[in-house]
Amino acid sequence: MSTNTEQVTIEEKPAEEKPVAKPVAKPVAKPVAKPVELPAFEKNISDKIVEKFGDKIVVSFVKVNRVGINVDKENVHDVAKFIRDELNYDHVESVSGVDYPQDKEIEVVYHIGSYSDPSLASQLIVLATRAEREENPIPGKDATKLPTLRDIFYSVEFHEREVFEMFGVYFTGHPDNRRLLLPEDWADLPPLRKDFAIKGR
Amino acid sequence: MTNEFLPPGLALQKADERIMTLNVGPQHPGSGHMRIIVQIDGDYIVACDPDPGYVHRGEEKMAEYRNYITNIPHLERPVIHDSCNVLYPYVLGVEDLLGIEVPERAKYVRVICSELNRCIYTMYWLAIYGIFLGHSTMFMWPAGDRELLIDLMEKISGARVTHAHFVPGGVRNDLPPNFEEVCLRQVNYFEKRIREYAAVFYDNPILISRTQDTGVLSREDAIRLGVTGSVLRASGVDYDLRKKEPYDVYEELDVHSNVMKEGDSYARSKIPWLDMLESCNIIKQALEKMPKSGSVRVKLKPNPKGKGLNSVYKRVESGRGSLGCHIVSDGKVEPYRLKLSVGSFRNLIALPYLLKGEKLGNMPSVYWSLNYWPVEADR
Repeated sequence: MSTNTEQVTIEEKPAEEKPVAKPVAKPVAKPVAKPVELPAFEKNISDKIVEKFGDKIVVSFVKVNRVGINVDKENVHDVAKFIRDELNYDHVESVSGVDYPQDKEIEVVYHIGSYSDPSLASQLIVLATRAEREENPIPGKDATKLPTLRDIFYSVEFHEREVFEMFGVYFTGHPDNRRLLLPEDWADLPPLRKDFAIKGR
Repeated sequence: MTNEFLPPGLALQKADERIMTLNVGPQHPGSGHMRIIVQIDGDYIVACDPDPGYVHRGEEKMAEYRNYITNIPHLERPVIHDSCNVLYPYVLGVEDLLGIEVPERAKYVRVICSELNRCIYTMYWLAIYGIFLGHSTMFMWPAGDRELLIDLMEKISGARVTHAHFVPGGVRNDLPPNFEEVCLRQVNYFEKRIREYAAVFYDNPILISRTQDTGVLSREDAIRLGVTGSVLRASGVDYDLRKKEPYDVYEELDVHSNVMKEGDSYARSKIPWLDMLESCNIIKQALEKMPKSGSVRVKLKPNPKGKGLNSVYKRVESGRGSLGCHIVSDGKVEPYRLKLSVGSFRNLIALPYLLKGEKLGNMPSVYWSLNYWPVEADR
């Protein structure tokens, strides 16, 4: 199995590399939309969401074909439901986790698109939410938890399983919170976290 | 690890006198590099649990340790036959982050390479589909005919597979002299050749009886499951990123997206073949419209880096559907996070859904019709 060699490298890793890895990451400023000629169609979409949720959300960017929304985990379920029911978005293309150790947070970014509405075919809503991050994770048992969007967008099923194993973010309410890609006997940190370092790098 | 997170093949479970759990793979020729855990009652599948990950190589983690240029050769490894298309969203994303404008001729060269690669990949996929169904001629013919296009890619980039030809700012090298003539000749012959496949494969009553009405995915379910590429278009959803969100010069080309309404294995296997014919058409258009001379690459400064915290998501239509690349940059020479959202991984969700209630003998035809490439899904 190809994973055998990787596994060996990992086990010695965290102890020596941990202090080095932390200062690498840099502070994050949540950008706010600038008033310089935003594309009209995308602005219209973000306005609809702002109108509904007000200061519960932050519009992080409005670019051509992309609208970025930041929302905290208490409201992410409601915002996603609104995006599906009122704005005609119907599937999730990608779910990526991004680890920010300096903020003690892990961000999960959903890219939501639409097949059924031809006018939205090139549009994506980039919905980002953040979960608490623990230094010594026990995946599935610690405070790193988010509500699942699987009951709203069925298509996130495997994507959320991947984020769970790679970042240790447990999705509450997901019917099938199991490992997907990693070996069954993996007993190390979730590998895509920043403090899991590759040996020799 | 506790029992609750393990797949059913490993977790302890109660024995049942009717239901048998069967592990297909990971070394089985009918599964590729993945395991499909199926539970069967007699000849019928009652539950299916795909277990990918046997070729997981940590591409996303590796990308965080290399700069934007040295990431190129390893990021195309997930699908070596389709390496130009795998790199395409990454290259577009980096150009967006760095604010680079690409020369016109380079855009056309990229489109030609991308379409050639789509055909090369699809021929390989078709060869395996043929052998999965016991049709040996359909294994030999595509495997031989794809050499025509591999020769073209070899002329362009010097490598038969894993070309590493796309770079931020254009393509690595200009086309060789006389390439247009040779390309036109080979593509014309290739097109004539693949039209002959209809008689031996797609109109073959044995293939039709084995694939028609098996694994039917309705339009509504295709949208709900968020599948992509040929699987989506075989279910009647007209969604091709080359038309819906044109990148580079696809806007100026006449692209026709192939749609079928049936949503069964037959439709899913026929759409990639129709796409290859369309690719030949696109290549001919691009050869005609391409500027005959000019630069193909913008020189970058060494160790290019983005400005501040920024993120970009670019997607292209690959041989297996929409392929997205989410790059988060924090102003360093390496990406802070790189995520590939690949068509194979997105189509995998349809497998347990389609196999439920199907006969075990139909599993290969349904599984491979999903245009699934295990190495790409694992990344």
